[in-house]
Amino acid sequence: MRDVKVTPIKNGTVIDHITPGMALNVLKIIGIPESGVHSTVSVLMHVPSQKVKWKDIVKVEDRELDKSQVDKIALIAPNASINIIRNYNVVEKHQVEAPTEVVGLVKCENPNCITNKPREPVTSRFSVVAHDPLRLKCHYCDRETVDIVKHLL
Amino acid sequence: MDFTGRDVVSIRDLSKDEIIHILDHAAKMLPAAQGEKLSKVLNGKILATLFFEPSTRTRLSFESSMLRLGGMCMGFSDASGTSVVKGETLADTIRMAEAYADAIVLRHPHEGAAKLAADFSSKPVINAGDGAGQHPTQTLLDLFTIRTEKGDIADKNIVLVGDLKYGRTVHSLSYALSLFGASITCVAPPGLQMPPEIVSHMKQNGGKFNLSDSLESVIPGADVLYVTRIQKERFPDPEEYRKVEGAFRIDNALLANAKRSLIVMHPLPRVNEIAPEVDAGPHCRYFKQAFYGVPVRMALLSLILGKGGI
Repeated sequence: MRDVKVTPIKNGTVIDHITPGMALNVLKIIGIPESGVHSTVSVLMHVPSQKVKWKDIVKVEDRELDKSQVDKIALIAPNASINIIRNYNVVEKHQVEAPTEVVGLVKCENPNCITNKPREPVTSRFSVVAHDPLRLKCHYCDRETVDIVKHLL
Repeated sequence: MDFTGRDVVSIRDLSKDEIIHILDHAAKMLPAAQGEKLSKVLNGKILATLFFEPSTRTRLSFESSMLRLGGMCMGFSDASGTSVVKGETLADTIRMAEAYADAIVLRHPHEGAAKLAADFSSKPVINAGDGAGQHPTQTLLDLFTIRTEKGDIADKNIVLVGDLKYGRTVHSLSYALSLFGASITCVAPPGLQMPPEIVSHMKQNGGKFNLSDSLESVIPGADVLYVTRIQKERFPDPEEYRKVEGAFRIDNALLANAKRSLIVMHPLPRVNEIAPEVDAGPHCRYFKQAFYGVPVRMALLSLILGKGGI
C-alpha cells in the first residue's frame, strides 16, 4: 500500500520522514496533547517510504514550529523534513540539520553532573560524539548521554 | 610556553609537551619544596582553596605550595561554615572567591563543577577533584613520581590494580601514561575493570594495553605497581561493594617475586589494600609520591600566576 489517505491540511506543518517509532516523541516535543488546541493533529506510524523504507508522519494544523522544537526533532529523527503549509501549498521545506553542538535541549544522563544540580545558573551543553546512533558528550562532566529521548528537556 | 592565567580542569587540557614542561619545572622546585631554598615568586598573590569535600593531601599540599612560593592562602575545608548551607550556588561562591583571590583551587562533590567554575571565573581555576570526574594535579604528580623514581615513563611496565571502574585517578593516569608510551596492564576484580571508553582513548593514543585478573602473574614483569582503594562511597549498590571488598592485598609475600627496582604507588588514603609491612621495604614510594604533590603544584602555580619563576 503506497497511498496514504489523509486529508491535506490548509495551514500548518507536516513533519515527514520521522524515524519509525518516534512520532509520539515528536508530539511530546511540540507539546501535544495540550489544553487549548482546537486544530487537528494527524499521526501516521510505520508508513512505507521509498526513501527510507519505513517512516512516521505528523501533521499539525494551524501551527508552525519554533527553532528549539525543530532542533530537538533533529536529535531523535535525523532524517525528518519539515514542510510548512499555507493555503494547501508547501511554502517551505527543509531537512532538519544534524547538530555539532547541543545546547539547552537535553539533560545530562549523569545524575551527579553539576548541570543537574537545582538552581545552578547553567545551561546543559554537549558536543556530538557520534550521529548514528546519536551520542552526546557533556561539556561539563565529560560523560556521554545516549538515551536522548529519555533526557530531552 | 605561556601558562599565565590558564585553567586546569582536566589532564586532557594539557598537551604532552605542556605536561613535560610542568614536570621539568617541578624538578627545579624540589629544593624550595623541601624548604632548602626560599622563593618569593608569588609574593603578594592569594590562592583561594575551596574544598566542598574532605581532603588531606591535596588541600595541604596546595597550601604548602603557595606558602613555599611566598604567596598566601584562604578558603575552607568544609562548606558547612559558608553561605552554601544557606543555599548559595557554586556559581555565586566562585564569583566571590574570584573577587578576593588571584587563583582558585576547587574540590567539589559534583562532576563538572570545576568546568562550571572556570566558565564563571575570570581568574584561573585548578580542579582538585570533582566527584568521580577529573583530578589533573594528581595525574601530574603521579607522572612526576614515575619519572623521578624510574628515570623515564616510556616503555615502563605499569600495572594498575584495584577499582579501575570508579577510580578517577586511574582514568586520568592511564590516559596520560598512554601519551608517554608506557605499557599498561589493568588488574581488577570482576565488574571493576577499566571502562571501555577509557580503553578506547588509550588505544587512540597508541598505548600498549592489557587486561588481567591475576596480580600474581603480572608482578614479576612490573616496573610500577599503582594500587588504588576500592572506594565504598562511589558504589551505587552496597552489595556490589561487599563482593569485591578486599579483593587484592599487596604484602611482602606477593612482592617476593617482584623486580628489586619495582616501585609501589598509591594516591592514598589506603585502607587494607597495602599491608603496613610494605611501608619499610624497598618498593614503597607512596609517601614520597604524596610529597611530590608539593613541587608539582608549586610548578603549576608558578607557571599560572608567576610567569614560571622559581
